[in-house]
Amino acid sequence: MTTKPLKLRELAKGEDRFTHGHRMCSGCGAPIIVKQVLMATDYPIIASNATGCLEVSTCIQQYTAWKIPWIHSAFENAAATISGVEAMYKSLVKQGKIEDKQVKFIAFGGDGGTYDIGFQSLSGAMERGHDMMYICYDNGAYMNTGIQRSSATPFGANTTTCPAGDIIPGKPQQRKDLTRIMAAHGIPYVAQASPAHWMDLMKKVQKAFEIKGPKFMNVISPCNRGWRSRTDDAIMLSKLAVDTCYWPLYEVENGVLKITVKPKEKKPIVDFLKPQGRFKHLFAPENAAMLLQIQADIDSEWEKLQKLAAFYGTEEKQ
Amino acid sequence: MGKIVAVTGNEACAQALKQINPDVCAAYPITPATDLMQRFSGFVSDGKVDTELVLVESEHSAMSACIGAAAAGGRVATATSSQGLALMWEMLYIAAGTRLPIIMPLVNRALSAPLNIHGDHSDGMGARDTGWIQLYSENAQEAYDNTIQAFRIAEHLDIRLPAMVCMDGFIVSHSIERVEYIDDADVKNFVGKFQAVHPLLDLDNPKSYGPLILTDLYHEYKRAQHEVMTKVPKVVLEVASDFEKMTGRKYGLFETYRLEDAEIAVVVMSSAAGTTKDIIDQYRDKGVKAGLLKPRMFRPFPYLEIADALKHLKAIAVLDRADSFGGYGPLFMEISSAVMSMDTKPAMINKIFGLGGRDYLPDQAEQVLDELVKVAKTGKVQTVKEYIGVRE
Repeated sequence: MTTKPLKLRELAKGEDRFTHGHRMCSGCGAPIIVKQVLMATDYPIIASNATGCLEVSTCIQQYTAWKIPWIHSAFENAAATISGVEAMYKSLVKQGKIEDKQVKFIAFGGDGGTYDIGFQSLSGAMERGHDMMYICYDNGAYMNTGIQRSSATPFGANTTTCPAGDIIPGKPQQRKDLTRIMAAHGIPYVAQASPAHWMDLMKKVQKAFEIKGPKFMNVISPCNRGWRSRTDDAIMLSKLAVDTCYWPLYEVENGVLKITVKPKEKKPIVDFLKPQGRFKHLFAPENAAMLLQIQADIDSEWEKLQKLAAFYGTEEKQ
Repeated sequence: MGKIVAVTGNEACAQALKQINPDVCAAYPITPATDLMQRFSGFVSDGKVDTELVLVESEHSAMSACIGAAAAGGRVATATSSQGLALMWEMLYIAAGTRLPIIMPLVNRALSAPLNIHGDHSDGMGARDTGWIQLYSENAQEAYDNTIQAFRIAEHLDIRLPAMVCMDGFIVSHSIERVEYIDDADVKNFVGKFQAVHPLLDLDNPKSYGPLILTDLYHEYKRAQHEVMTKVPKVVLEVASDFEKMTGRKYGLFETYRLEDAEIAVVVMSSAAGTTKDIIDQYRDKGVKAGLLKPRMFRPFPYLEIADALKHLKAIAVLDRADSFGGYGPLFMEISSAVMSMDTKPAMINKIFGLGGRDYLPDQAEQVLDELVKVAKTGKVQTVKEYIGVRE
């Protein structure tokens, strides 16, 4: 199948496979990501969905926002569930019981369902080599149950289970670098993306669908409820996440790391933190050291990432 | 006619799965069920089946993959035991609530703690309320026959529910017995072609599986699930009747042994029924009118049919190979519920036996029958629930 051109005018004419009328909060990043993913391709898609915001808000009783076959079974098993669907497809095609229509399989999960409770199921499905893509919309906490910390919650963030209090100033731990952990699985394609860079995201989706085997994509997904930001800030914040190098855009294809979008000018992390109420306490004078720590960590991670890109010789091709 | 072989329960079930040739199987090793899927994996590697084998990283993922595969629209099986079933618990409800006809041999084994790998019914009883059909097997032949029949029952268009085929860990799964295999072609013909209902793989008619349903309709969904279960006994009997025509082997919702004219009876499931039947024969020779009832279908439970079979008795002992701590044994609770509908109620006692693979020996059956004789004579029960075969 030829990869379709990513022209806004053409894309806007395409059929919505994820429709309006769902019940996600206004300004949520997740449905934007789902739309971009489904818009990037004309391949038939079957998706599974971990329990979470996206799932509970898009298929309620007799209403569904999904115009593609879609299955939700539980919280921690979107990867295992879609791996079963993919296995059945493979089996029936192999036996000649159905025609091969080059169906693509996607599992969608939030960070709780991906980094934490669904991590084993994800790791297992990737190791087994199913021809599927796992897409995590990472909003950095358990937003569906009311903003509880997850292993994706950034250091210092205020959540309902690590509230910024008199003694403990928000989440004491660093977030887990899941994208790198997935790359360590040695699967053919891993990428990090942002809905603000829609072209980059859609290109990655297109590329992933041309690769056989397991793929993983981690997409930053602003949540105004949890991030304590304005409802129209999702795209601005996901852009700032990239521009501050908090959320670098890169891919790891067959082990080779490449930074896909390099900010023209690296902005200070406070630009990303400031518009978010979850980091408000970090701007109090007594927490100044935490802000410095966050900046230092980002600088060091960005440095490492650039060195890796240089190691693979992909750096100058920006 | 098929051939007669000497095989273990696991081997017989693996053979049944081979003959049925499911489209997808998911498997994760756990004693004593490991050997079953291990044998089946051999059939996959040798190209004896068309099955896509998904070797998952946990039983939770095994059942999740089965759910995905079954929703996709094809024939699906897995097998497990004990802790594996316990880990699947969440997904068992989802398989049943989503009406997916997944077949799972359950090699019954004790639950931790303490860790124990041997046979008892704690695992199956823990899954009692999940919405799965449960068939219990006395020996390897029944495990084989029940596996074949389970596909027909579960996939019946009026039913579409998952089913477990239970056999006792080690006692049946690892003991070599005489088993009569059915010809491959006959099994294939008996089970028939899989009919997909709302398959996810139907791209032209996209379906959404697993919606959120809150207070306005959840209650109605659950009643509908209950109503489907009430249709199961009829299908089980129809399938058993067809199976009897093919093999000459007769199956029902339960089996009775010398029960028609009995005054006292033992109700017990699975392998312990065989030992009990031998002792009943000895007591019959001594002039004691003893009989036995062995439930085969534990879910749905045939209360009225069992009440009818037990209504003439003076005393009943229900033997449970599982306990509900702080309550009576699970089988005793069901038999008590069945007895509730009788005008004249027999005296009832409950014995917990054979936990964690403790041998059920003839002297335990004798002890139970001796007590039943006394209870029948006096109409008095000393202790309702008691452990037997205990080291003091």
